[in-house]
Order: sequence, then C-alpha cells, then structure tokens
Amino acid sequence: MTGLAALRSRLYVRSPAGRLGWLGSVSIIVAASVFAPIVAVIWNVYLPSATTWSHLVSTVLPEYIFNTLLLAVLVGFGVVFFGVTSAWLVTAYSFPGQRILEWALVLPLAMPAYVMAYAYTDWLQVAGPVQTAIREITGWQVREYWFPEIRSLPGAAAMLSFALYPYVYLLARSAFLDQSQTTLEAARLAGYGAWGRFWHVALPLARTGIVAGTALALMETLADFGTVSYFAVNTFTTGIYRAWLSLGDPVAAGQLASCLLVFVLAMLTLERTHRGGARYAGKRIPMPPQQLRGWRAASAFGFCAAPITLGFLVPAGVLLRLALNEPEAQFDARVYSLVANTFTLSGVAAIAALLVAVLLAYAGRVVRSPLVHGANQAAVLGYALPGAVIAVGILLPLGKLDNAIADWTYEQFGVKTGLLLTGSITALIYAYLVRFLAVAFQTVDAGLTRVTSSMDDAARSLGLSPARTLLRVHLPIMWGSLLTAGLLVFVDVMKELPATFAMRPFNFDTLAVEAYNLAKDERIAEAAVPSLLIVGIALVPLILLSRQITRSGLMRREGPGHV
Amino acid sequence: MLDPLHSTRKILTSIALLAAFVLAPWIGEVLAQEKVLNLYTARHYATDESFYSGYTKATGIKINRIEGGEDALFERIKSEGANSPADVFLTVDVARLWRAEQAGIFESLKSEPLNKRIPAHYRDADNKWFGFSARARVIAYDQKKIKPAQVERYEDLADSKWKGEICTRPSSHPYNLSLISSMILHLGEEKATEWARGVANNLARPPRGGDTDQLQAVGAGECSIALSNHYYYVRLMRSEKPADRALVEKVKLVWPNQDGRGTHVNISGGGILRHAPHRDAGVKFLEYLASDAAQTLFAKGNNEWPTVPGVKLANPELESFGKFKTDTLPLADLGKTQATAQRIADKVGWK
Repeated sequence: MTGLAALRSRLYVRSPAGRLGWLGSVSIIVAASVFAPIVAVIWNVYLPSATTWSHLVSTVLPEYIFNTLLLAVLVGFGVVFFGVTSAWLVTAYSFPGQRILEWALVLPLAMPAYVMAYAYTDWLQVAGPVQTAIREITGWQVREYWFPEIRSLPGAAAMLSFALYPYVYLLARSAFLDQSQTTLEAARLAGYGAWGRFWHVALPLARTGIVAGTALALMETLADFGTVSYFAVNTFTTGIYRAWLSLGDPVAAGQLASCLLVFVLAMLTLERTHRGGARYAGKRIPMPPQQLRGWRAASAFGFCAAPITLGFLVPAGVLLRLALNEPEAQFDARVYSLVANTFTLSGVAAIAALLVAVLLAYAGRVVRSPLVHGANQAAVLGYALPGAVIAVGILLPLGKLDNAIADWTYEQFGVKTGLLLTGSITALIYAYLVRFLAVAFQTVDAGLTRVTSSMDDAARSLGLSPARTLLRVHLPIMWGSLLTAGLLVFVDVMKELPATFAMRPFNFDTLAVEAYNLAKDERIAEAAVPSLLIVGIALVPLILLSRQITRSGLMRREGPGHV
Repeated sequence: MLDPLHSTRKILTSIALLAAFVLAPWIGEVLAQEKVLNLYTARHYATDESFYSGYTKATGIKINRIEGGEDALFERIKSEGANSPADVFLTVDVARLWRAEQAGIFESLKSEPLNKRIPAHYRDADNKWFGFSARARVIAYDQKKIKPAQVERYEDLADSKWKGEICTRPSSHPYNLSLISSMILHLGEEKATEWARGVANNLARPPRGGDTDQLQAVGAGECSIALSNHYYYVRLMRSEKPADRALVEKVKLVWPNQDGRGTHVNISGGGILRHAPHRDAGVKFLEYLASDAAQTLFAKGNNEWPTVPGVKLANPELESFGKFKTDTLPLADLGKTQATAQRIADKVGWK
C-alpha cells in the first residue's frame, strides 16, 4: 500500500515537495481574486463599529440566529426528502410517466424562490382566491377559521425547499446512475430487500452527491433575501440589511456577514469530511430499473409528481392567471432588450464560472497542497453571502482600482476613459463569479472525483502533462458534469437579483430586475409577465440539462462502450 | 467524440467574440460623446418614462439611466468617486437623501427656479437635495366597524382598545421608520417609545407584505385599521378590477392629525452630484422636474402630490381628497432620527 501511495504521489507532483508548479500558482491567484471581495467584507471585523453591534445583540440578534438555524434545518430536511426519494424512484424503478418525471423534476429550478413567494402569497393570502373560495363555500367569516399562514417561517422553508430540492435531485440522481449493478446485486445476494438496498448500499454510496447538493441548497438558503424579506421572516441576512440600511452602519453589516461565513465554513467542513474516503472504483455495469405496477407504480408517480406540482405547476399557474387577468400587463419592445440582456449576462457568467471551476478543481486534484485546497475552499464561500453584500465587497476595492486606472490614463494620454470595470458588465460578471462559483465548482469537483485516480496514473505514466491529461482524459469523461455546472450557473445568474440590481451598467435592465421592480411597487400582477419569462427562458437550459442527464443515463443503461 | 483540444480552442474563440460583442456598443458610446444626462434613480414607476421623454423632447438631451435599489445605488456612487458617470441621483425617502447628503455626494445648487418653486421644508437647508413629490402616511379603516373620529390621530393607534385590530408592514420599512421618527421629533423619545409599544401590541398579525397587502387585509376583515401610503389606495381607486373597486368601497382613509401638526409626509427627490460630468444637463433636469408639466405628471402618473404648490393634478381621484394639512417639520430632521427610530422599534418588538 505504501509503495502504491508513494508511486502515486510521485506521479501527481512533479516538482519537489512544497512547490506548487504553474498550475497550483495560477489556481491560487485565481482563487484569491475570487476571494478578495469576501476579504473586503471580513475586513469590517477589524473596524470599530458604533453601538449598533451591542444594540443588535441585546434586541434582535438571538431571534435572527434562531430563525436562520430553524430555516436551514427545515430546508435541509425538505430538499433531502424531495430530492433523494424522487431521484431514487426514477433511477431504480420504471413506471408509467417515469420518463417524463425524470426531466420534469428539475423544473422548479426555473422558478426563483422569490417569484414563487409572490405567487403563493397571492394565492393563499386572506384576500386571495383559495381563502375567498373557502369563505364562499362554508359561509365562515375571516377570523372564524384557521388557515396556514404562508408568510411565515415554515412558509419560507416550504418555498425554499420547493425551489432548491432539484440541486439534491440532480446530484443524487447522477450518483445513483453511476452505481454499479454488481454492488446492488451483491447486496441482493446478501439478503437485502428493496429498502435495505436503498438504505445500506445505494444511499451511502450516493452520499457525496447528496451532501454536495444539500450544501448548495443550504448556502442558497442562508443567502436568500428576496423570499424571507417578502415573508417578513427575520434571518441573519435580514439583520445584515437592517444594520446597513436602517441603522446606516455598513461596518456592522460587514461584521454580521462575516458571522454568516462561519456558518458556511462549518457546513463546508462537514461536506468535506463526509466526502472523506468516498472513491469510485470498479467497472460500472449499469443498474437495470425494476418495473413497478399497480398501486406501487401509482404511489411512485405521486411521490415524484408532488414536488413538481408544488414547486412548478401551482406557482406557474397562479402567475399565468395573474398575467392574463391584468389589463396593464405590458409586453412591448422593451421585453426583447430585457431578454437579450438576461441572456448575455447569464451566458458570459456561466462560461467564466466553468473555466474557473475546472481550473481550481483540477489544480486541487493534481497539486496535493493544503494551500491549493485552502484557496479553493475560500473561493467558494461567496455562495452564502447575500448578493448585495458581495456587491459592496466588490464595488469598494474595484472602484478604487477603476479610479486609479482612469486617473492614470488621463494623466498619461489625456483620454477620459470613465470607469472601465465598474461601468461595464465586467464588474457584474466578477460578482456572479464570486457568488456562484460554488455551484460550478461543487459540480465539477464531484464529477472529477468520479474519474478514478488510476486513470490519472495511467495517463501520467504514459507521459501526458497535467494539462493534457485534463484535456484528453478528464474533460471528455466529465462532459456531463461540465454541462450541468454551466447550465446551473446560467439559470442561477438569470434569477440573481441584488448584485445585478446594484452593479448593472446604464440602460441595462434584466427580467429579474423588471419583475422585482414591479413586485416592489406592489404590482404583483404586472410582475407576473417578466416572472413568467424568466421561468420560460430558464426552462430551455433546464430541459437541455435534463435531456443530457437522461441520455447519459440511458447510454449507461444500454451498456458500456459509450462515453 | 469531440477532439478536446479543438473544442477548447473553439470555446476560447467564442468567448473572445462574445466579449467583443458585449463591449462594442459601450465603447461606441464612450467615443460618441453625444449630449447625454446620466441618471441614477431609485424610482421605478412605469409612468416615470413620461418624465424622461418629456425632458428629452424639451432639451434634446438623451437620458441614460440605471434604476436600482436606493442604498445600492448610493454605495455605488460613493465607490465610483471622482470618475463616477452619474450626474443626478433620484431616490425615495428623505432619510436616504439625508444620508447621501451627509456622505457628501451632492453639490449645493443655486437655482432660482428650484428655490422659488419648492417650499423650504421640502428641500435641504443648503440646497443639496430637493423634494419633487410627496407621499402622505394615512390611516385606512373598515367603515363598517370604525368611525373616522376614532382614529383621527396617529396617537390613537396606540390605544389598547384596538388590540388585535391593526395591520402594518414591518418597522424596518422607510415609510414606517420615518413615521416613527416624526413621532420622536414631536413627542420626544420616551413618549414615542410608548406609542410604538402600543402600536406593536395592537397588531392583528406579525407585520408582513407591503402597504397594499395591509389594505387588502382590512378589506378581507383580518384587521380593521391599517397604515398605508396614500398612493397605494389611489391606485386601487383607479383600478378597473372588480375586487379593487369593492375594496375602496369598504375601506376609507383618514388624513391624521388635521387638528394638530398635520399629516406625516415623506418625499421622493434628488440632487446634482458633486462629480457630475454633465452638470448643466443635470441642473436642467432638476429644474424640469419642478416645472408645472413634470409636477403634474407625478400626480397624474403615480398618484403622488406635487411639492410645488398650485400645480394642476389632472387626477380626479387624488383631487377628490381635497386640501389637507401636512406636517411641516423640516424633513431633513427625519433622516437624522431614523436610526433611533429603528432602535425603538426593535426594543418594543415591532418587527
């Protein structure tokens, strides 16, 4: 064993121990620049703050922390429940409708959680259609009956669970698809029933994917502002905004944001330790799905259809009804520019995030240096920071740099360039990178771990450089993960609000901005049109994504020989 | 299978093309140097388009604009510093104007039309910002359960007989904060705290949603009194939807404190930025906003009150309220007091 390990370490790190090589150095520099805005936020910890901090601690902070933890726990359970059960059902079994459910289960990703919150609120509130119908049918008066309040902490947890479970579904599903029939066959021979095979074999093997998906969902939950603020649920993020906006103390806001990062670090560490010994080995003989009939098929169908209905069909239907009933809803030429802007931003950001994610993940794999690992961990922290906090973290340092450049070119050449970075979409793309790198990185990294290290060994011993090994071996094998990562970032950026809002250049509105502006002005019905457009556009990459996964799944099912 | 090296080259080429495509129009704009006004605005009402086109028609100056979150735009102006492209910053809520002025981003402007037309309590003492439209914080009530005389002052809302009857949005919203600030300035911190505690104890449900949601809750019977800005109600009055029409039949408004200091108003407004590259265009824009034509648009388009007295409203619903007395407290003082207001709200548990 030690001999093998020694051989492996010799193959991985060509340069003498302690040196990073160009790959390690470049990756650390890139990671550091993604981490820089986060440092700008953390920097506030060292600045003296007014009395804001003690005021918050003595009044509202305990409640914020409690709410945040409760929300995280509820969403965690929610996404694992919906994501894992549906992923297992559609991969391990075959039943009527399964082919459709398999791709339809990702549809809620097209629905921003805040848009879902608008729709459900309109539908379920006291003056909304559901409660009005109840009153008309029963003759009860408003305060005479109990009805669950959607604008509450459990309500927010439900919205976020519906919106975010597809992360777990996607990663759990590809983990289940990767599992070899031999393993499950062995379990069957060892006397495990259907549940036993799920609990004791499939689930532990898929743990890496499930934990990674849950970590993404939870970080998204911690960063959420749109939903919780609309529901008036005070979380840590609300506290950050309150300190900054109502109490006028950006330093205290930065300090609170730094506390949020501690939560995230704890979560990431958990995820890492879970990944620990997980290595994939052996020939993958795909698992043939088991045919279900009768009530079993019906309940499997119901189980998978429920999250799609709650997370997509209901809110989309409510929005559609609102849009159709709204005389003032506009659909004019402006819409085209909104759509074009949305596409540009999401596309550029997705490509950028993908390139950076591949660089960092591969460097982490090849250069076994704690420095590289640490830098990677730091670079993905931004996922849990609210977009507005990132915007401030970027605007402050980048604004200084921008001004320096502008002054310098003016002195040297007498040309007024204006602000090159913060005045264009460059700064905004940078913000997206800070915010969403985690999505791309987790997916790419999880994809990389599934490439067995013996392949690296083989390629390297045949004399390929690390870069060529990446191009020739890893990228073709993990094409699916790359596509998934790119599309996830695309959809995420499309839905992103606070950073876009704060940093976009002149005359550059997006659909999300338009929807938010209208909703903020309490014109939910008019906001329905851009919201529906977001959903409609996000559906395109999502269906691509689903088809891609289904196809790779089918190939694996039909037998080896294809990649 | 794709040759990975080849496909990588293809990807890099597409990225370069995409970058060129994205930057080209922007570079073109920089080089063209046409007559423009760069506007950062936190107002985002569809009807605001009519100001912009009105201004362009009157002056021939094109408007570039970024509509953004109030505080995010403010942070952006601060970080952009001396090279900021922004000429004019428009925002809502006087506390934000005050904070912007404190940060030194506005230039003190000597403009005769602005000073003459806009009353002193609607602008900064050093003319760094000007209020262009006013929004009244009013009390809405269910006319079947409540007599208007019972809620004719803000102070009445703290009366314990309204336990479980009041709906309002969260305390952290600027509209509520500025109302609490005005209570502090008129009654003193101690009495204002008592008042806020009283209101918090009377709430029918935890604060959530916007002002329209509170009006709807009164309509549905979940509470019988609500705080709202007036234009949300006027919007319902002007709506063609039957549900909205029914709501305004059931829910009516009180203009509070008419026998005393007057109804609390907040403003939307703005000023010229210290580093404005197109200063003259900016000054013209502010003067245009104070013109009769633009002032009427605030009323006609967005149901706000013009700050310039005697302007035609061209809005029958707004006119139907008649004249009312407004609190003439210098608005800048509200900004100064806002942080205290938030502390009080946190202390008494008004969420």
